[in-house]
Amino acid sequence: MSFLDRSLTVANPGFNRWMVPPAALCIHLCIGQAYAFSVFNLPMTKLIGITQSAPGDWKLTELGWIFSIAIFFLGASAAVLGRWVEEGGPRRAMFTAGLCWAVGFFISAIGVYLHTLWLIYLGYGVIGGCGLGLGYISPVSTLIKWFPDRPGMATGMAIMGFGGGAFIASPLSVWLMQRFSTPTHVGVAEAFIGLGVIYLIFMWVGAAIVRTPAPGWKPEGYTPPAVAQKLITKNDVYVYDAIKTPQFWLIWWVLCLNVTAGIGVLGQASAMSQEMFPGKVTAIAAAGFVGLLSLFNMLGRFFWASTSDIIGRKNTYFCFFAIGTVLYALVPWTGEIHSVALFVLCFLVIITMYGGGFATVPAYLKDMFGTRYVGAIHGWLITAWSMAGIFGPVLVNYIRQYQIDHGVPKAQAYNVTMYVMAGLLVIGFFCNLFIKAVHERYHMRTDGETALGAAAEAGAAAAGRLTGKPASA
Amino acid sequence: MANANQNGTTAWQLVLAWGFVGIPLLWGVSETVINAMKLFQ
Repeated sequence: MSFLDRSLTVANPGFNRWMVPPAALCIHLCIGQAYAFSVFNLPMTKLIGITQSAPGDWKLTELGWIFSIAIFFLGASAAVLGRWVEEGGPRRAMFTAGLCWAVGFFISAIGVYLHTLWLIYLGYGVIGGCGLGLGYISPVSTLIKWFPDRPGMATGMAIMGFGGGAFIASPLSVWLMQRFSTPTHVGVAEAFIGLGVIYLIFMWVGAAIVRTPAPGWKPEGYTPPAVAQKLITKNDVYVYDAIKTPQFWLIWWVLCLNVTAGIGVLGQASAMSQEMFPGKVTAIAAAGFVGLLSLFNMLGRFFWASTSDIIGRKNTYFCFFAIGTVLYALVPWTGEIHSVALFVLCFLVIITMYGGGFATVPAYLKDMFGTRYVGAIHGWLITAWSMAGIFGPVLVNYIRQYQIDHGVPKAQAYNVTMYVMAGLLVIGFFCNLFIKAVHERYHMRTDGETALGAAAEAGAAAAGRLTGKPASA
Repeated sequence: MANANQNGTTAWQLVLAWGFVGIPLLWGVSETVINAMKLFQ
């Protein structure tokens, strides 16, 4: 399909770059549904029993795997297909992401209709997960190229959409299920089909709108800094050379540790607030607290990523780790003095930094490795998120359970967890501290090769395994 | 804004594009804020 070709996405003169963030948001607002998938969990445990679970109905533990598989394939597809995304251009990637995401819902609808769980694992988990990964990284490098003066703000806007997607998906999914439910039928399959159609349209609109800047384009009045800045390279690093650098792995740990600390809390926020303040925080109030966390998670993405354009990426992560450490250490004290307001305040700030970590990292990668393969490098970095998705909840759950099993009251069962999280952020602080500029031996030469890459490629080409990299990407 | 667009993107296209993503997002955020207010009741 030629209209997907990268060459046909190059913007004409007069194209307004502010059209690109809505294109990116079309993708991220849709794939952000992943954060709201849990609204389907309970209804899917009653597909046979309708009002309550019956023998043969799926269990929550079985359904929990759907999200886990999707997040695993998010990371895997972003890593493996990152180079294809970079070289094929944003429209092809967005189009494919929309197709995968929608087909994932359609196959899952068939799975619900036939009551066959592996079809949902395959649909939402594997195919939808690939849509998640492709969609997540597809607009990143395009936005950075359109906004060289404010790369943090631009990518922050898109990644804010991922946080905001759940706000739309959650009430929309509930409404669709109610619309198609009858006394003898739970409307999950129809809701999946409805979401699939809506998301397909939305994501393809994004793919149609997106444009890449013409070679050599720069914003009106923008002049790149004449003096090279220490931690902002003017060179590009090839994706497979980037992952050989210590800088990549330090940033990987920076992201992993920041996310581990936040994701565990996000998953347990409702239970934690009720157990730390028994009688003071009801289940309804706890749900409101979770909603506020999601809101600040979204706002933090835009705020911190934009701030990083002013204070620098490294300093932004120093803020996350320093402020985060203090706030995590303060949480047990808020429980001791029974201050719900301070408890909420601490976590609202913490969660802005969790979201900010996601949103600032593409610009950090751009500073370290240049713009050419930043999307693909970002794809590899997403594996840190997959890892943190396992570490975070496990840490919070297991430490809490260990405390309770050893006679610690529930109200204090999270104290050790908070200190562990603070400790993780201290490690993250030092990882960030050690990040220096990438050595010039990794830089691509003007003909598009690196010393390392050229040697590797020559060997691969000799083995007949490689068709070559494009002249321009 | 339109002046800056020359003969390319029009102001209407910008409004349409931002409205397309902004309206659903604002709706979702408002729903969340209404629910979150229960925390303070």
